[in-house]
Amino acid sequence: MGEIKKVSTAYMQEIFSKLKIGDKVEITGVIYTGRDAAHKRFVQALDEGKSLPIDLKGQIIYYVGPCPAKPGKVIGPCGPTTSGRMDLYTPRLLDMGMKGMIGKGARSQEVIDSIKKNKSVYFAAIGGTAAIIADSVKRAEVVAYPDLGPEAIYRLEVKDFPCIVAIDSEGNDLYKVGVERYKEKV
Amino acid sequence: MKEIHVTKVEEAVKNLCMQAACYLGEDVEGLLKKGLQKEESEFGQYIIQQILDNVELSRTESIAMCQDTGVAVIFVELGQDVHIVGGSFQDAINEGVRRGYQDGYLRKSVVDDPVFKRKNTGDNTPAVIHIDVVQGERLKIMVVPKGAGSENMGALKMLKPAEGLEGVKKFVVKTVMEAGGNPCPPIIVGVGIGGTMEKAAILAKKALTRKAGQHHKDSNYEKLECDLLEEINHLGIGPQGLGGKVTALAVHIEACPTHMATLPVAVNLNCHASRHAEIILFG
Repeated sequence: MGEIKKVSTAYMQEIFSKLKIGDKVEITGVIYTGRDAAHKRFVQALDEGKSLPIDLKGQIIYYVGPCPAKPGKVIGPCGPTTSGRMDLYTPRLLDMGMKGMIGKGARSQEVIDSIKKNKSVYFAAIGGTAAIIADSVKRAEVVAYPDLGPEAIYRLEVKDFPCIVAIDSEGNDLYKVGVERYKEKV
Repeated sequence: MKEIHVTKVEEAVKNLCMQAACYLGEDVEGLLKKGLQKEESEFGQYIIQQILDNVELSRTESIAMCQDTGVAVIFVELGQDVHIVGGSFQDAINEGVRRGYQDGYLRKSVVDDPVFKRKNTGDNTPAVIHIDVVQGERLKIMVVPKGAGSENMGALKMLKPAEGLEGVKKFVVKTVMEAGGNPCPPIIVGVGIGGTMEKAAILAKKALTRKAGQHHKDSNYEKLECDLLEEINHLGIGPQGLGGKVTALAVHIEACPTHMATLPVAVNLNCHASRHAEIILFG
């Protein structure tokens, strides 16, 4: 598993090509949230020739719908949601310059191919560790689609957000490699 | 005849919603700790440790352990000698859910229409309510918040009786295999066998509410639970689907009589945040 690699969202271009599946990382910087309903709106806007409410170029999207924040907290518990539900939309967003994704669970072959083509990275956060992850969020503000409630787009400033590199820029997939390693014949 | 006022129901449901979301039961936590010992994958160990740390943090801070605080599934055992007074029983349950999700800072995840509008109702109602009328003069309420990540990976199949035990095993293992990392393993596998289509599905959900790791009373089903757990943990899926030995913490089976021409099997998966809280109210 090795030591933890620090990933700054300000230097993704340089770092991403060096990240390999199975690397444990801590992400620091600005990321944006977005899940089912926001992705649907993104694609609708693009189909209608409209611009998106945020510039995705060079950004990381985190698939999450947080709980409300308790008084005095920056954000409520905010662990990753299942990424596979975004698979239909993802290649189009990667082609537009979206740089990386944080979520949980395996991705489709189309997404893996697109990650490879666009030299992107897919990070797995640990599903169901929402309280711990919330501690790494230092600022949070809704920047688009406030009517979507927990599915609104937030701009998050995170510090040392713990993740694992699940699909690297060469298209290697930890979900396949990891399972193959531990599979047993019965 | 004992009387229970709806405000008592409302208050109980409110508290159970908050309790279930923030405090993981010792049964599940105990199985996670055992899983940490069993897991061979370094990632798997790291992940289970993070999950345990998260359980502790959410408990200390009284915040939700997972942001998906689910649809509120409510199992009710209503004693036939209990009289609910002061208003509508179902409204009281929904009011409890509304207040619990509001006061507990839990996420509201319910949308009003599944196909067309999909507009968030804003208060996590309506709950999914199952009521059984039983003997006696007590009211048991169990709140089982169910997240979508694991719920989406469930499946149901009407097997032919000729497919028998092997058919059941094959279907359960296939469902877990195809689910991979999506339901947030290590999971608890709920299996409902028999009845009719809808009965099997409800049994599978109910199986998840059993004390985690407790076996079926019938030795045949107990053995089937053990065999399935072993086979599932040979799949290699591991914690979060990143490879490992601990894919499931337990398999719980509920079975009931069925038609001579049918063998319904439903599989309802639960993530490691296998949440349930219950209370018994007396008149």
